[in-house]
Amino acid sequence: MTEYNWNERHIITFPQEKLALETKDLHVYYGQKEAIKGIDMQFEKNKITALIGPSGCGKSTFLRSLNRMNDTIDIAKVTGQILYEGIDVNADNINVYEMRKHIGMVFQRPNPFAKSIYKNITFAYERAGVKDKQVLDEIVETSLKQAALWDQVKDDLHKSAFTLSGGQQQRLCIARAIAVKPDILLMDEPASALDPIATMQLEETMFELKKDYSIIIVTHNMQQAARASDYTAFFYLGDLIEYDKTNTIFQNAKLQSTSDYVSGHFG
Amino acid sequence: MPAKKVDQIATGILYTIAVIIVAILASLLCYILFRGLPHVSWSFLTSKSSSYQAGGGIGIQLYNSFFLLVVTLLISVPLSMGAGVYLSEYAKKGRLTNFVRTCIEILSSLPSVVVGLFGYLIFVVQFQYGFSIISGALALTVFNLPQMTRSVEDSLRNVHHTQREAGLALGISRWETVLHVVIPEALPSIVTGIVLASGRIFGEAAALIYTAGQSAPALDWGNWNPLSVTSPISIFRQAETLAVHIWKVNSEGTIPDATMVSAGSAAVLLVVILIFNLSARYIGKKLHQKLTSAA
Repeated sequence: MTEYNWNERHIITFPQEKLALETKDLHVYYGQKEAIKGIDMQFEKNKITALIGPSGCGKSTFLRSLNRMNDTIDIAKVTGQILYEGIDVNADNINVYEMRKHIGMVFQRPNPFAKSIYKNITFAYERAGVKDKQVLDEIVETSLKQAALWDQVKDDLHKSAFTLSGGQQQRLCIARAIAVKPDILLMDEPASALDPIATMQLEETMFELKKDYSIIIVTHNMQQAARASDYTAFFYLGDLIEYDKTNTIFQNAKLQSTSDYVSGHFG
Repeated sequence: MPAKKVDQIATGILYTIAVIIVAILASLLCYILFRGLPHVSWSFLTSKSSSYQAGGGIGIQLYNSFFLLVVTLLISVPLSMGAGVYLSEYAKKGRLTNFVRTCIEILSSLPSVVVGLFGYLIFVVQFQYGFSIISGALALTVFNLPQMTRSVEDSLRNVHHTQREAGLALGISRWETVLHVVIPEALPSIVTGIVLASGRIFGEAAALIYTAGQSAPALDWGNWNPLSVTSPISIFRQAETLAVHIWKVNSEGTIPDATMVSAGSAAVLLVVILIFNLSARYIGKKLHQKLTSAA
């Protein structure tokens, strides 16, 4: 068993004008347990950033704190700054509901609403009071096209979302998330419940989406991170250990722990 | 003993137990229906009861049962929805929530006759509502609220938490997520719970004897003044229900055909509750189809 020096760090940064999101000294506590131990990390615009690391390393926790989904957990406490367009969205006075329209999220398991395909996508707009059918139709069509689902469902828009396959449901969830036109899309292991073909299609979709969105994705799948992302960040025990271009991480990691992890020698 | 043998014996025992239970229930059901249904006729269902002569019906009692049920649901559904939503969606884990939950559990194990006497002291005497529909409805609410709250809470909890996350992640507020995502998805099961509770309310007698009263004054079907005692929609009139009527006829009935009237009433009560229970499933299923598929 190799001993690693866990105090070593290698973390890249970006020029200010390229930033989509930035965290400063971000800590997450679950009760007494410190799940995230002060992370400074920057995300570049219109890129796909993959967060990898062994189970329990805190990558999902970190991701969920970026749009404050951890607020819904009573015992969770998040300290530090999350800077989005110069605003600390982790501050108390932030309207989290407004913020989440800018920082959208796709979850591990497809979770369409128990409504029709159409209503799944228009839901947020209907709640905001948009009634114009033409506008809604337009939104449904563009979002489904962006999520590469339009051709398969355009004749069944008023059928239940549950009639779709798992992969289609997940893409419906992506369409639903991008319908509200966020800047940033957080994806928490979006392919973990999908078969290999659906996973490939999802990755192609992500590739298209990064023209318009900055994507941050948590994945357990090394190949997926290597194939689909521009940058990769390696998390371990609540710390960000190494963060660099995906090619570098997978072929030429600076730290021994990272290169052993991505090649499957530990974790 | 080989595992297969053990399994066969266990299956056999469980099977026998199930057959015994079903047999008891089915024979009870058949007994009540066979004894009662021959006495049930259109005039029995619609005419008013008589105090001393044979040939009285259950028309008013039957109507009273339905009316009381509606009034009770009008009071208890909003209350139990509110309490259920609070417990499932908003209540934080802690002493207060545990205390509330314990209270609800204790309340649900209260014998209905105790609820009836409580209702008598509070609604009939203290609030001076007298023996009336409203007293009965309030007593039935006390009787019914714990189970209904529990059923609403369970229905909401059964909606997967990822549904709530999906709503929140779209920038929808918690209340809107509850109202437009969680409740619609739980609605079939909530409605099923309410209809099943309706069956319990419909058949309840002990809680009503001292609250809604034991006599069924004649109703004037042309009188829609809600404050008049003879008006069918008045909530301040005495109203003996079907279940109370069965008890009354059997315990202190003075009519010669008491056994026939009570057998007929019991059969009617049973049939109505059967309809409630069967429709609960049907409505739940239909509602689920309607809500989940097309708009």
